[in-house]
Formats: sequence, C-alpha cells, structure tokens
Amino acid sequence: MAKRIEIKDLDIFYGKFQAVKGVDMTIEPRAVTAFIGSSGCGKSTVLRSLNRMHEVIDGAYVDGEVLLDGTNLYGPNVDPVRVRRQIGMVFQRPNPFPTMSIKENVLAGVRLNNARMSGSEMDELAEKSLRGANLWEEVKDRLDRPGSGLSGGQQQRLCIARAIAISPDVILMDEPCSALDPISTLAIEDLIKDLKEDYTVVIVTHNMQQAARVSDSTAFFNLKAQGQPGELIEYGSTEKIFHNPDQKATEDYITGRFG
Amino acid sequence: MSAQAPSSDKERTTSSEPLDSSLVRDSKRYGDTLFSGISTGSALMIFVILAAVATFLTTQAIPAVTREPGPTGLTAVETAGGFWQWVLPLAFGTVWASVLAMLMAVPLAIGIALFLSHYAPKRVAKTFGYIVDLLAAVPSVVFGLWGVTVLAPALDPFYRWLNDNLSWIYFFNAWVPYGDGGDLRPNLAAGGQNMLTAAMVLALMVIPIITALTREVFLQTPRLHEEASLALGATRWEMIRQAVLPFGTSGIISSSMLGLGRALGETMAVAMILPGKVLISFKLLTFDNPNTIAAYIAQNFPEAEGDGNHQLIAAGLVLFVITLVVNMVARAIIHSRREFSGAN
Repeated sequence: MAKRIEIKDLDIFYGKFQAVKGVDMTIEPRAVTAFIGSSGCGKSTVLRSLNRMHEVIDGAYVDGEVLLDGTNLYGPNVDPVRVRRQIGMVFQRPNPFPTMSIKENVLAGVRLNNARMSGSEMDELAEKSLRGANLWEEVKDRLDRPGSGLSGGQQQRLCIARAIAISPDVILMDEPCSALDPISTLAIEDLIKDLKEDYTVVIVTHNMQQAARVSDSTAFFNLKAQGQPGELIEYGSTEKIFHNPDQKATEDYITGRFG
Repeated sequence: MSAQAPSSDKERTTSSEPLDSSLVRDSKRYGDTLFSGISTGSALMIFVILAAVATFLTTQAIPAVTREPGPTGLTAVETAGGFWQWVLPLAFGTVWASVLAMLMAVPLAIGIALFLSHYAPKRVAKTFGYIVDLLAAVPSVVFGLWGVTVLAPALDPFYRWLNDNLSWIYFFNAWVPYGDGGDLRPNLAAGGQNMLTAAMVLALMVIPIITALTREVFLQTPRLHEEASLALGATRWEMIRQAVLPFGTSGIISSSMLGLGRALGETMAVAMILPGKVLISFKLLTFDNPNTIAAYIAQNFPEAEGDGNHQLIAAGLVLFVITLVVNMVARAIIHSRREFSGAN
C-alpha cells in the first residue's frame, strides 16, 4: 500500500519530439500531489509515464528512471502490464466499460488479475470498492444495470471504484473533474481527500482552486518557450507554491498573469 | 421544457405581439422540398421493389404448393413424393453449407480483422487490407472454377486420410456397406468435390466481407475504453477481450449476417463444385451430398417448364424466407443487447 515515487532525470518523447525534459521529483506516499501548468506543458505526459501508459502511443518512449519504493519501473525486466496493476489510473473523461454492468465494471481489473474468488468475495469486494468511492448508496439497488446509465459524476466515481478494487499502491488522476459539474466535482474532491489515507495520489488539474483544496504538494510545469519541451519549474508544499513561490513564472501562473 | 414555455404553436401565433417580417416563415424552399421528395421517394422505392418481388414469388409459388403438379412438374419432386419432401432437403443443404462456411469464416475473419486493427504495423495493415478487399471483388464463378480445378483435387488426398483415420468422427465417415459379407468400401466424393470443399469455398467468399466490416468496427473502439483496460493492467489480448470485442459484438453479428446472407444465396460456386442431390446428410466427405436451393435452381431452371417453373420459384420463396428469418434473428439479437452497447 501507498508507495513513494522517485522520478530521476526523466525525459519523455513522442517519436522525435521531446515533450518533457529533465524532471526530478519525489512524490510522497499517503499524500495528494497536484501537477499544475498550462495546456501542453507535459504534466499529463509525466503522469502517464508513471504507470507506463505513455508508451501505449505509437513511437512514444521515456529516458530516465521512475522508482517505486526503490524499484525502477523502467528497468530491463519490468513488465508494463504488472506496473499498471500496481498503479491505478483515472482518466479525464469517465470511461466505464459500456458493455458491463456496474458490478462487472468494478471487478473488471480483479478479473484480469486471474484472482480466483468466490461469488460472495466478489460481492464483498464490489461493495468495499464502491463504498471507497462514495458510490455504494447510490447504486446498491442497481448493480446489474449498465454502468453507462449513470451520471457523469457517478461514472467517474465508478472508475475510481474500479481503480481501487485492485488495491493499487498509487492512484493517478488525469484531470478527473474536467468533464464534471461543480457538485460532482465536490464529491470527487472529498473522495480524493479520503483516498490519501491509503494511497499515494497524484492528480493533474487545470483548476488551481482544486489543486489548492485537495493537494499537499504541488508541482508546477511550464514550457521555456513555444516548441520547447516542458519542464518542472517548481515543486513544493501546496501552501508554499500558492502563497510564496520561489519562481517568478510560478507566481505569474498562480496569480493568473499567465495564459 | 420549462413550465413557462407556451404549450402549443397555437398559443404562440395567436399572441397579439407585432410580427417582425424578417421572421415570417418562408414557404418557398424549393431545394428543401425537392430533396425531401427525392429521399422519401427512394425510401418508398425499396418497399415497392420488395413488395413486387414478394408478390411475384408468392403468386408463382402457390400452384406448386396447393395443387397436384401436372406432367410438366419436375421429376425430382415426384421421386421425393411431394413438394415439401423435395424442398426440405434442399433447404437443409442450403443452411448446412452456410453454417459450415460460417463456422470456418467467422473466427478466421475476426482474427484477420483484429490483426489488421490491433496487431499489424500500420503499413502492413494497409496493404493487407487492400488484398482482403480485392478478395471480395473476385466473381463467384472464378471462386467456383478455382474450387473445382485446384482446391478440390488438392484436398482429395487429405479427405482420403480423414476417412481412413478419423472415420470414427461421424462427419468424416464415408464408409458404406459393400456386398453381403458386411464389408465396407469408401464412398468418397470424386476428386474431392464434397460438402466440405463447397463450404470452404463459401467461407473464402464471405471472409472478405466479414473482415472488412469488423475491422472498421474494431478500429472505432473508443481509445478511452482501450486505455481504461490497459490501465487496469490488461495485456493486449485481455484489452481486446475487455474493450474491443464487446464494443464490436453487434458489428460482428451484423457483418456475419451479411456474410451468411451471401453464403445462403450463393449459386455459381456451389453449383460448380457440388454434384448435389435431394437428400439430408450431415456427412461431409461422401459422394452423396445435399444440394442447396440456389444451386439447384440454377442447375434445373434452363430445362424446367410449366409446373416445374412453379416448383423452382417456390423453392426460391423458401430461400427468401430463410434469409428473412436469419436477418430478423440477427436484428433481435442486436436489439436485445442495445442497453449495454454503449450507444447511450
């Protein structure tokens, strides 16, 4: 449960194009770390490199190290499939499997892990995960209905339930609220605060109030210039980044003087 | 609808507010009228054609079913002992050949489609895709010729081997009693021209159709669903099972039905390969094979007259009904799964 991530001199490429350059940072366990920065600055790319989802895209690769409690995820014998089973991910748009019921969605990852489970164990795990995602009360009477019939906010919490059902060490969230209304956003933010009790949570967000509300540490990414790779400009406690940043660029971005 | 909205058009037009002339409905939208006329007409045309075909088939078929055929009737019908005794084996042969073809074609086509959409490098997939499309453009006569002259003779030794070694499997058993001593002799089809060869050629003919359609469906799998699966720690095959195949199910069903439609109605290839008879048999390698309706009509229509024509047309009507039922079943399957299709 809840492991520490160390990123060492990470360069990320899409074919010949370098998207991110020289990221060094340590992400603490049992805390929420927010990645902020303008569009195209590479924050989502860094996030996706943490569970090796980056390389799913044709021609994409990574140079550098990402250590999960000391183990390099990009080591020679590391299977990306295994990495993803330990590092869960929630996407920008809710993406429950449309052909599966709510319960099947929650258990989708467990099924993949070839875990032999009895029917009652499955039921228990589904309930535990849905409770963990603050969704149980809303769906307990319709677990066999399609997941795509839920509202956007409920679908996103269903995806979170699906991610925590495989008991990952880390949960990555790529702008999890950007497609949701304010009330659903609030529900997800509350949930994020609960999740850090058990997991290492990393969240990418465009919403600075959100970063300020939910995160313990904040990393600000930016481009040196258009067409240049994105870089980690400043990383520190959310308190410091928002009130007393070291870098001028961070301050400009936080105060809205930057696009 | 909000509560304040006017409840009908009438309420709106009778309000006393002044009307801005630039907002008045323009009654002369010729392009609009013309286009809606053309598209409605085209849609109606389908109905008219279908009705015409159905009427032709039914009126021409009725004499064959309702009254005793005269001297111009087909001798095969007389031998069989009646219209239904004659047409049933043909309907069986039609369905049997198509089912065998689909059993071979569907898994292979899905495999090819998945290779093209998810495994092959882009450039390979493109070239390969063209080749598959090209296969769909080969006329069925050519498939028939190739089946008779190349495939059937090439498979003949294999069929002999099957009959010698695997005849304990019912379908591959072509042994028949010989003499009175209880001896057996192989009754294999000459030159490999049996049901299995016919079904293989049918399969080859429908594979490009199913492949091309399912490939398109697989390519449309939302990236979000594929990534959801991968992020849960799915291998590529698990991702395909979890995201791609469920998304493509209705596409697989409908393209298979299109393929089945072609297999059911396929005439030339079967007529050329299979020396079919009016009989029901599940055995694949024997000399005595059931014929299909389409091939039977093609083989016998040139010499038929009078009641014989009616009987062949009635067989055609049976084929029409079979195809119709197959399509309705496919629609029902797709419809029953719509809630989980992701369309909502």
